[in-house]
Amino acid sequence: MAVKERMSGNEAVAYAIRQINPDVMPAFPITPSTEIPQFVSSMIANGEIDTEFIPVESEHSSMSAAIGSSAAGARTLTATSACGLALMWEVLYVAASNRLPIMMEVVNRALSGPININAEHSDSMGARDSGWIQIYAENNQEAYDNTLQAYRIAEHKDVKLPIMICQDGFITSHAVENIMLLEDEPVKKFVGAYEPEHYLLREDETMAVGPYAVSCYCMEAKRAQAQAMRNARQVILDVAKEFEEISGRKYGFFEEYKLEDADFAIVAIGSVCGTIKDAIDRLREQGIRAGLLKVRVFRPFPGEEMAEALKHLKAVAIMDRCEGYNATGGPLGAELTAALYRAQASAKTVNIIYGLSGRDVKVSDIEKLYEDLAELAQGNNLFGEYPYLGLRNRSGDNYGADR
Amino acid sequence: MALKAEKINEHTVWQDLTEGLQIHEPATSGLFETGEWRTSTPVIDWDKCRQCLLCVPYCPDSCIPVKEGRREAFDYQHCKGCGICVKACPFGAITMKEGK
Repeated sequence: MAVKERMSGNEAVAYAIRQINPDVMPAFPITPSTEIPQFVSSMIANGEIDTEFIPVESEHSSMSAAIGSSAAGARTLTATSACGLALMWEVLYVAASNRLPIMMEVVNRALSGPININAEHSDSMGARDSGWIQIYAENNQEAYDNTLQAYRIAEHKDVKLPIMICQDGFITSHAVENIMLLEDEPVKKFVGAYEPEHYLLREDETMAVGPYAVSCYCMEAKRAQAQAMRNARQVILDVAKEFEEISGRKYGFFEEYKLEDADFAIVAIGSVCGTIKDAIDRLREQGIRAGLLKVRVFRPFPGEEMAEALKHLKAVAIMDRCEGYNATGGPLGAELTAALYRAQASAKTVNIIYGLSGRDVKVSDIEKLYEDLAELAQGNNLFGEYPYLGLRNRSGDNYGADR
Repeated sequence: MALKAEKINEHTVWQDLTEGLQIHEPATSGLFETGEWRTSTPVIDWDKCRQCLLCVPYCPDSCIPVKEGRREAFDYQHCKGCGICVKACPFGAITMKEGK
């Protein structure tokens, strides 16, 4: 029996953590993820779980402690946002290269500067090449469901990689919405006990973790690690299928919303997808065939599958809630455009930066965007060469063109 | 089954390496011949050596084996040539020579 509740995204993932009852959680507070370790601390104080909470002096320390804990053989998690994630930078790679299945709740927030605490993907996108699996949520329900699936993916024998479960700061983490929770027993059965083969505290085995590798071993080690990320593709799909059996909710690499018969589509990550779906419903009533591809899994990058789902379209807008500072666009834009090229897709594409630092995106903004996509399909590019959605600018242009 | 450390070498293919290059057995550092790093080499003059064994605990790489209370020849497979033993010897029995 599912339980209908209303919760914020942070409450939802804390609820999932209670159901999983992990062994160790080192954490350092940072807005907007602070509530997660707070909720977990309360659960420990109330005797609801027996997780060992380690208060640390920084995020570099929380990730370092998580690495030690995970290497010791404990099911480990932490939570962070923005600058906290940035401070973990060095050790994120160590967690991945040591093949430690740590779960991290990432509540996405803008990296400084200018200093800002609101929703943006610059934090986790900055860590996109650190070797962590990354799964993004549109709302509290998905943040909860993704958390429940995280250890099954990360700890799988073909994977053994750390995993980030991402949700948008404030918009998802603090907004209270309806949610369907699973009961404790089916969750415990689904997640299962953690039984690593090798770990530092194993009494009958001596083990070394993270030895120095000279040049004649490093490339081979990295290729082996990349294979684990490639293996994660199938594992993510298998775990999603099993999760569907206990929850009735279907997950994959991405969600297609009215995409199959669409002429024009937006590709986006996170909470903005709810706004986009609303715009699509309105446009469909007017006979405009608009669709959405909502990215759930960003690492491993399902480029081939996305290109296949998009190749019939006339025009596609790829949305980045993150400035790439490469002078051409954002990370999703760069990677998906490359995937579309490899698939020889004929859709015209535009990469749009939107919603930086919590900037609101309205349904009307998205409706207009679809209209402009229809123009793009006709060869009339209204987006300019470096579009920013809803940027104030001298010309009054919708996409901030400098003209 | 993962390869034993002694079986791993620079011809090992990526599929055969352990996850994260973890080592699941003890005392494998002996397999790593750090003597290759040496640019100068300690040489002992046995006539001057009084077997006081002071050089033994000073050696950071345990390259001075002791048998029945007497030190033996340097373990050149692992000696990095740091020269600390030269300073430690009260009798001037150890000198450094250039090269391996």
